[in-house]
Amino acid sequence: MKKLVSLALSAVMACGLAAGIAGCAKDVKVSDYEIKPVKASDLKVGLICLHDETSTYDKNFIDAMDKACTAKGVSVVKKLGIPEDNKCFEAAEELVGAGCNVIFADSFGHEDFMMQAAIKYPNVQFCHATGTKSKTHNLGNYHNAFASIYEGRYLAGVVAGLKLNEIGLKEGQDYYQMGYVGAFPYAEVISGFTSFYLGAQSVANATIKMEVQYTSSWYDVEGEQKAADNLITRGAQLISQHADSMGAPNACETKKVPNVSYNVNTSNGAPETYLVASRINWQPYFEYMIDCVIAGDQIATDWTGTIATGSVELLGLGKNVAAGTAEKVAEVKAQLEAGEINVFDTAKFTVNGAALTTYLADVKDYGDFQGETEVIKDGVFQESKFRSAPYFDILIDNITKITQD
Amino acid sequence: MNMKTVNSGEKAVKEPLFHIVKRNAVPLKQRILIKAGAIVLSMIVCGLLGTILTGNSPFTMYASLIKGNFGQESKIWAMLQETALLLGISLALLPAFKMKFWNLGADGQVLVGALVSAGLMYKLGAKTDGVLLNLLMLVCSVGAGVIWALIPAVFKAKWKTNETLFTLMMNYIAVGITGYMINQWATSGSGTMGVIKYGWLPELGNKSVLTIIVVALLTAGMVIYIKYSKHGYELTVVGESENTARYVGINVKKVVIRTMIVSGAICGLIGLLLAGSINHTITKTLVDGRGFTAVLVTWLADFNPYYMIATAFLVAFLKSGSAQVITDFKLNNDAFSAIITGIVIFFIIGCQFFVQYRLIFNSKKKKKGEN
Repeated sequence: MKKLVSLALSAVMACGLAAGIAGCAKDVKVSDYEIKPVKASDLKVGLICLHDETSTYDKNFIDAMDKACTAKGVSVVKKLGIPEDNKCFEAAEELVGAGCNVIFADSFGHEDFMMQAAIKYPNVQFCHATGTKSKTHNLGNYHNAFASIYEGRYLAGVVAGLKLNEIGLKEGQDYYQMGYVGAFPYAEVISGFTSFYLGAQSVANATIKMEVQYTSSWYDVEGEQKAADNLITRGAQLISQHADSMGAPNACETKKVPNVSYNVNTSNGAPETYLVASRINWQPYFEYMIDCVIAGDQIATDWTGTIATGSVELLGLGKNVAAGTAEKVAEVKAQLEAGEINVFDTAKFTVNGAALTTYLADVKDYGDFQGETEVIKDGVFQESKFRSAPYFDILIDNITKITQD
Repeated sequence: MNMKTVNSGEKAVKEPLFHIVKRNAVPLKQRILIKAGAIVLSMIVCGLLGTILTGNSPFTMYASLIKGNFGQESKIWAMLQETALLLGISLALLPAFKMKFWNLGADGQVLVGALVSAGLMYKLGAKTDGVLLNLLMLVCSVGAGVIWALIPAVFKAKWKTNETLFTLMMNYIAVGITGYMINQWATSGSGTMGVIKYGWLPELGNKSVLTIIVVALLTAGMVIYIKYSKHGYELTVVGESENTARYVGINVKKVVIRTMIVSGAICGLIGLLLAGSINHTITKTLVDGRGFTAVLVTWLADFNPYYMIATAFLVAFLKSGSAQVITDFKLNNDAFSAIITGIVIFFIIGCQFFVQYRLIFNSKKKKKGEN
């Protein structure tokens, strides 16, 4: 038996050494490759998801990808439940091996591993949602994409504000109170709840104060439910969330508190309290990405979808929205599309009691977490203009961060 | 099922369908046959279930299981790496388990090792990248793993606290500290560290090779430690009977603490490999429950380091293979991969019964005194 083991060990080591020698391939520069058109029938798209369809976040990507691939007549290979570590690189390698011409990953932490794969496989296109590094690293075959979801959040906020007007002020309180369950204190979340708040405030007939509680997780059913319960106990008259489970909608349905959802229409699980949901529809991007690969065109290094591209959507209104909501939403949506309303108009909010006149945001991601780009121009915080992924990370007045009581 | 001895069976008026008799020592060949039978049976069940649930033929599934592990070169490496990681952590558990110290804290012990490595890579990388940093990472990761294992060991040795609960809870603390540190380091608030550019351990061809070599050496070392060293003998005696150990003059407290130092050190080392060699980052889920899977690997192998190579491979094979099944079946829900793994392991554990006992059917006239 001992002999057997030592034999096995030396075999393993020999394999290791052999691969060590074989693995030293020369570095390939991005300029070395050319993009060739691909026939739709030959095209394979790879999709890497953090979870599976049980997460509302990933389901949104999976559904959009299925629809886009069906529409374009191309096939898709999926890797689900891929964590934000080297498993992502391994998954990308597998998809390259499976013959994928373009590979898309859906979670922020996948970015560095997608870039590693992009460097190793210069003839394959790599696309990534919510990432921040494609512009600064400029690999040529690595691309970021996001959408101006803050416009959708703003519209969802309008629905919330009208509902608050209908509910009315609490006795002895001269302001409305909202609660927001956030995942991490990250720009994507802060930008989301700020635009939601500003949308609600734009139509409300009194000041709104909003409390935000973080769960430190993108998907935590129990944590999100607990946070929503806590916010309701503290007096929130309406709840919204940026987290991916049914935790908060369920808590709202139990306590009969209106809820504004994200990514999916949660009216099945919470029919009485669901008001509206905003979401990024990834189908337009996926179709654009596929079209580029078929035509042999370069995919945009950094792509921002908008309401106009169909990337930002409001999902169906719930049965208990305030009267006149649909009309008001249509009106505001038209104004947003026409550029008559700027969500982050610095005249509409204050920070520490003063208007914001200058702000350096960390747009160029060198991993230094230092702001370097002036993002306030013409009285507007230019969200998603310099880069698709959000960078509004300021806590404005009337929004407070709280922790679990 | 009716459990009876042969004698009481004689007295009974109604004969049960069968009764169960403990086997004497079972030859290795027979044990392997029984286990192989269990695996074949579990594959048939998985195949049928796959057909019922997804409408795909069982043979497509078997092909996917193999393709998921051997389909391309990178998959073979991924499978070898996963086997090595599971085996490495199982080797850490082995001496503790032999001593009947149920260390369920390997997840946390590996994670703190990885966390310390990542911290050094992040904080010192820009100043002292290279061998010096790698050595520092090695010392500190192993040290962190040791501390994480030592705390419950000391409590067990001194105050007889329950090591199962203690080590289990240390896992949660490790995850909490990791989350906290990530938030401290990644000040953008994303909760994501990303790849750390410095302090990468030498890459011997690809990211997996170093881990495979280290674990191969570790396996050889552990075999020698358990079978041929005085330490190994002492911890086995403590595991068999503490009183015997005390009687022959073994310092039980010392052995408990010493063994857990070994256990924690190996976990810390695996943590170093995870952060410094394979992933180059730290996340709360970096260990991915392998500390618990390793418990399974160790038990399935009857605490035998040679068999552990096979059981670690089996678990790694199922993990990669079942993931491939999800991809090939075009499922949008990955629950079926857990079902496959669960069924196979259920059958293997279940067959343990047939290794230890045998059924004697009573329909035939049986001879008296049959064993």
